[in-house]
Amino acid sequence: MLRLLGSAGRPLALGELAAALDLPRPTAHGIVRTLREVGFVDQDVASSCYRIGSRLHRLGTAGWDRHDLRARAMNWADSLAGSTGCAVYLGVPAGAAVSLVHHVFRPDGSPQRLRTNSEHPLHATALGKCLLAFAPTATPAPRELDLERYTGRTCVTVAGLEAHLASARKRGCATDVGEFEPGIGGAAVPLRSAGGLAVGALGVAGPIEQLFGSGGEPRPRFLAELFGAAREISAALGATW
Amino acid sequence: MTERVIAAIDQGTTSTRCLLFNRSGRMVAVAQREHRQYYPRPGWVEHDAEEIWRNVTRVVPAALQQAGLHPENIAALGIANQRETTLVWDRRTGTPLARAITWQDTRTDGIVVQLAGDGQAPLFAEISGLAPATYFAGPRLRWLLDSLPGAREGAEAGDVLFGTMESWLIWRLTGGPDGGRHVTDVTNASRTMLMDIRSLEWSPDLVEVLGVPHRMLPEIRPNAEVYGTATTVLPGVPVAGALGDQHAALVGQTCFAPGEAKCTYGTGAFLLMNTGPRIAESTHGLIPTVGYLLGDAPVYALEGSIAMTGSLVQWFRDALGMISTAAQIETLAGTVPDNGGCYIVPAFSGLYAPRWHPEARGVMVGLTSYINRGHLARAVLEATGWQTREVVDAMNADSGLPVTRLKVDGGMTANHLLMQFVADVLGVPVERLLGSEAVSLGAAYAAGLAVGYWADLEVLRGNWHRAAAWEPAMDAELRRAEHENWGRAVNRSYGWARPAEVGRRAPTRGPGTRP
Ligand SMILES: Nc1ncnc2c1ncn2[C@@H]1O[C@H](COP(=O)(O)OP(=O)(O)OP(=O)(O)O)[C@@H](O)[C@H]1O
Ligand SMILES: [Mg+2]
Repeated sequence: MLRLLGSAGRPLALGELAAALDLPRPTAHGIVRTLREVGFVDQDVASSCYRIGSRLHRLGTAGWDRHDLRARAMNWADSLAGSTGCAVYLGVPAGAAVSLVHHVFRPDGSPQRLRTNSEHPLHATALGKCLLAFAPTATPAPRELDLERYTGRTCVTVAGLEAHLASARKRGCATDVGEFEPGIGGAAVPLRSAGGLAVGALGVAGPIEQLFGSGGEPRPRFLAELFGAAREISAALGATW
Repeated sequence: MTERVIAAIDQGTTSTRCLLFNRSGRMVAVAQREHRQYYPRPGWVEHDAEEIWRNVTRVVPAALQQAGLHPENIAALGIANQRETTLVWDRRTGTPLARAITWQDTRTDGIVVQLAGDGQAPLFAEISGLAPATYFAGPRLRWLLDSLPGAREGAEAGDVLFGTMESWLIWRLTGGPDGGRHVTDVTNASRTMLMDIRSLEWSPDLVEVLGVPHRMLPEIRPNAEVYGTATTVLPGVPVAGALGDQHAALVGQTCFAPGEAKCTYGTGAFLLMNTGPRIAESTHGLIPTVGYLLGDAPVYALEGSIAMTGSLVQWFRDALGMISTAAQIETLAGTVPDNGGCYIVPAFSGLYAPRWHPEARGVMVGLTSYINRGHLARAVLEATGWQTREVVDAMNADSGLPVTRLKVDGGMTANHLLMQFVADVLGVPVERLLGSEAVSLGAAYAAGLAVGYWADLEVLRGNWHRAAAWEPAMDAELRRAEHENWGRAVNRSYGWARPAEVGRRAPTRGPGTRP
């Protein structure tokens, strides 16, 4: 249907769509309505005809400009740093790495260096694992990654990484317990735009004992703040629930 | 139990927003609406004050809803506003007599020339601290009184009121035609050319020179006090703080000690340095202004005003269509390693601090076939960096207190490439405030202080956190060479508008300069 709309050169009526694709009208309508809801198809108000949607070119994460992402996220990223006392990062996939689009310092007055535009390994950071788990089409498969060891806790087996990604999908959140930098942990959740696509990851980072409880689980208070901020940013990116 | 919060309205040049803050100064909700810019003639810029009021009535409930709060959860409301934007309205109907004339509008050039020609400039400089310029509100009020049929008579009869945007909003919020309070605050009043900067009262002399009926002027009040209780939008909530946006940012950045400075990057950029109880004199084109009045005695500030920073980015986006969002200029600038020899001087309404050349107009120089969109994007951003450098140099020369680090806030601080460039050309670290909405935060602080939500300034200082820092990294020789190129580019912007269009030749003195 998208190929048909893309090649038609003019908006098409529902009847034309159904006929060209040899589908019953209700079936064609169901498909085109779903595509319209996620923004891949636009409907002309006056004629009711359909054409290719403006959001289609944003398909995949490359569609969101990284600086637009930062602009939409900035207020809530600051608020998240304020409420958790943690550093906040925003990352997007960049080949076999996660590229930091935004970085908010841990608000404790300690000297820190801005890490914006640096790249970090996908398998050893919460942001990276979050992208592997929730944006699988924009990231390499775990078996294609070079699972380099950074600390004693880095996960260096494909099976181990896949197990982590599965549990991250279940919890809605990926974690890092000192797997990239000793003693520093993190938690990250996906940022979603229209149609529920994960376009980036939002994460907090800090000393492991501050972020995680004794059972090794992220403290609920931090998770609640993280999910709350991600929800607000996602809403600003056009996600709907 | 739900925590009580403070609401702030930031009535800006391009948009109106409402933010809610908790006790630690953390934003818990934000809602924003843009309003239309009217450009009826070259040099004219207007806003529809009714539209702005409507936006207020929408963004405040939207912010409450986002946080799941109700008016009874709001301890107080503070207002910050675009300064010098001038409005007259009918006290009985509550309707504006005309669109508001904004601070970028240069239609009062004739009035300003007249004042200078009549030898009045020294009087204004002496009493208000400001030499006449199209930037300030007073001449706009005069223009409105002269141009709108019935305005002067209405004002004399007490039926037509004058105000800047905070006056308009406070009046509407506290009842409008039905007993609304007609007040302004010391910081907004200090930008009219009508207030005595020492006594903080309307100067009868200046009011007379500009021919303004006294009855139409709002009462001048401190920045933190309960002006009245809202009867609409947030019914029952005390309206307890008001400051011009740049002064609000000074407070939001907690620049409470002499020598502390901040720069807010929005439509324009404004660097303010706290000078304590002292009204600093400038020989380098800076403006002495009231910083804030939060206790018994006013704190003064020295200001460097840059007319065009974010608005150049907007022009690049809207008029040239080079990008589709402001943020994308960083992406475009990132496609090239340097400016390729191209410089843009955004003197669209003349140059403000520290040069004050009203007859200058924008130029783009160094164009060759090599230059592409990426270079232009860089030149747009670099213009903000170099203009900051000029103001900081003037500040260092005037205050004797060198700026050793710059606290920044505002929408453009989202641009890391730009902030790095600012650090590079200043040669000092640039620090972004956590929660870059310092303007709203400052308005909230004033309102919260007034109702005892926060105890004192020391508590507020504890809320300041660094969200990012950019360290200078540019090679000193490159910086020197680029600075020189910028200076040569600026020289080419001078003298473009003809005297008939601008009303006066290149001035040798800025508005802050004492005769
Ligand atoms: N990432 C960015 N890079 C460059 N410029 C930007 C960026 N984001 C926003 N801007 C510019 O910053 C301005 C918006 O900032 P902000 O919201 O602080 O201004 P504002 O409050 O509307 O200004 P004012 O108070 O003067 O109305 C716009 O002019 C916009 O072009
Ligand atoms: Mg603003």
